[in-house]
Amino acid sequence: MSETSSSGPSITRDEIAHLANLARIDLTDAELDHLAPQLSVILESVASISGVADEDTPPTSHALPLTNVFREDVVTPGLTADEALSGAPEQEGQRFKVPRILGDEQ
Amino acid sequence: MNTPPDHSLRSDPAGTPKSVSGSTTTAAWLAEELAAGNVTSVEVTQRHLDRIAAVDGQVHAFLHVDAEGALEQAAASDARRADGRPLSPLDGVPIAVKDVMATKGLPTTCGSRILEGWVPPYDATVVARLREAGLPILGKTNMDEFAMGSSTEHSAYGPTRNPWDLARIPGGSGGGSAAAVAAYEAPLAIGTDTGGSIRQPGAVTGTVGVKPTYGGVSRYGLVSLANSLDQAGPVTRTVLDAALLHEIIGGHDPKDSTSIDAPLPDLVGAARRGAEGDLTGVRIGVVKELGGEGYQAGVLARFEESVDLMVAAGAELVEVSCPSFVHALATYYLILPAEASSNLARFDAMRYGLRKYPEGIEAPSAEEVMRATREAGFGDEVKRRIILGTYALSSGYYDAYYGTAQKVRTLISQDFAEAFTHADVLLSPTAPTTAFELGEKVDDPLAMYLNDLATIPANLSGVPGISVPSGLADEDGLPAGVQILAPAMQDDRVYRVGAALEAALIEKWGGPLLDQARGLEGASA
Repeated sequence: MSETSSSGPSITRDEIAHLANLARIDLTDAELDHLAPQLSVILESVASISGVADEDTPPTSHALPLTNVFREDVVTPGLTADEALSGAPEQEGQRFKVPRILGDEQ
Repeated sequence: MNTPPDHSLRSDPAGTPKSVSGSTTTAAWLAEELAAGNVTSVEVTQRHLDRIAAVDGQVHAFLHVDAEGALEQAAASDARRADGRPLSPLDGVPIAVKDVMATKGLPTTCGSRILEGWVPPYDATVVARLREAGLPILGKTNMDEFAMGSSTEHSAYGPTRNPWDLARIPGGSGGGSAAAVAAYEAPLAIGTDTGGSIRQPGAVTGTVGVKPTYGGVSRYGLVSLANSLDQAGPVTRTVLDAALLHEIIGGHDPKDSTSIDAPLPDLVGAARRGAEGDLTGVRIGVVKELGGEGYQAGVLARFEESVDLMVAAGAELVEVSCPSFVHALATYYLILPAEASSNLARFDAMRYGLRKYPEGIEAPSAEEVMRATREAGFGDEVKRRIILGTYALSSGYYDAYYGTAQKVRTLISQDFAEAFTHADVLLSPTAPTTAFELGEKVDDPLAMYLNDLATIPANLSGVPGISVPSGLADEDGLPAGVQILAPAMQDDRVYRVGAALEAALIEKWGGPLLDQARGLEGASA
């Protein structure tokens, strides 16, 4: 925590390009220029919570304490293949048709 | 000002000569008129479709209107009623649905280009329950893209305007639902609230909005923004209408593993009891941290007046302190983008939604198509939050950001638990300001985020909340709201206290607040 607050968390254009790559978004140069200062300001603001909670505070991942939920293993009606494919950008032979997923060398 | 205000849907919504007390059409009143046989659902539905045709060019509350479907459902309702088999207390009363809810056979875009033209093959549970209860669905309402925003300006299909002043925002993300109800285009609407998206639009449009207890209304078919925070709820003109709608959409759903498997409290009973105006024995807690600096003077003045009215109705006033609430906004803007970046990964251009091939690449890979599609299909705010969430979840930063936020979330829940030992309900202004002008904050994300200052703690902790109109701010004549929060699964308390406050305020004003709205003056059909 201390390293992020002491360095005054800022985010560079290169870091944003890297994050956009991880998030699979082809950001334009103009967007990268625009986002870097905006995200730095936001990060600086949200970093204010570092140090608010002590080590022993348990994290909350969910609003209500719920345990896993099971159902009976019985068949219930679902979508037909045609319904499931109704929004597909492309389809072939009752399957989703997608662009190639392997590279040339593979 | 020679043009008389358009009251065509206020005093005479059903085309009958009968007027309604207080001159405001409510869903409860429409339901009574339908039950008494004074009007048909087809007539009521057609009047609302006419109103939409007359004013939605200015308001732009709707992304899609389904006149044919709504009238078919209305005719079916009338046929059931003729047989003496109405399906619910609201059978035949039409409703609008936020475009984040999957509707079988009706477009569902979430205000995004990436879902343009998508027609879901299934209904969200909330929508299925509306159909099972016989409410004709008028159409889908506008919203900030994927519910990210507080102004509805982040919709890819253009902003919605506030019926009080068309130059101003209607709040967000559910500005379309709130504006539709405020403009009498629909008597009821469905909204969703992740950080205030039902309550804040309610406050700035002079309508009622309820965020139920987390898990109280099914999320099945609600396109997720942040799963651990999202909650659907009613958008209405009165507290009783909200209770009636909440009882229809709420309750356990096996299709949502986070749905609470327990009966709903008696919400309609609580609203009716509250409307009698007696709050004797109810401890109301004003949250010290949700007010003061950063809140508009006129908003605070209306809030204090509302508190005084509750005290006059017999409530006991206590001041409570929730010190961690000052960190709620920062906590939220770490948790929300983290969950959103993960949720929105499903928009991969493979199974549904937009698919865009990148230019200049021959036989592009699936990954290249995904990148080009997400670049073309997502708007600025969505990209900002995906990048922020990706950052907060990335290795090396996870503990410092997401991990810390989860711990502060615990502190916020502890503050609520402590506060609710002193007070039965907690109170604050719903939003720090009245409606601002379109364009004012659209490129200043931090300023935009501050609109949700008072509403976010309830989402982080899962507790229910209502926003009730508190009157008009002196400095700008625009509506403000009071927020009432209760412990989880005690949603009946917000209805009881909300209805009592509403009754006291309507008596003071001499009629419903919306009667003073002038933004659509002269916009009659």
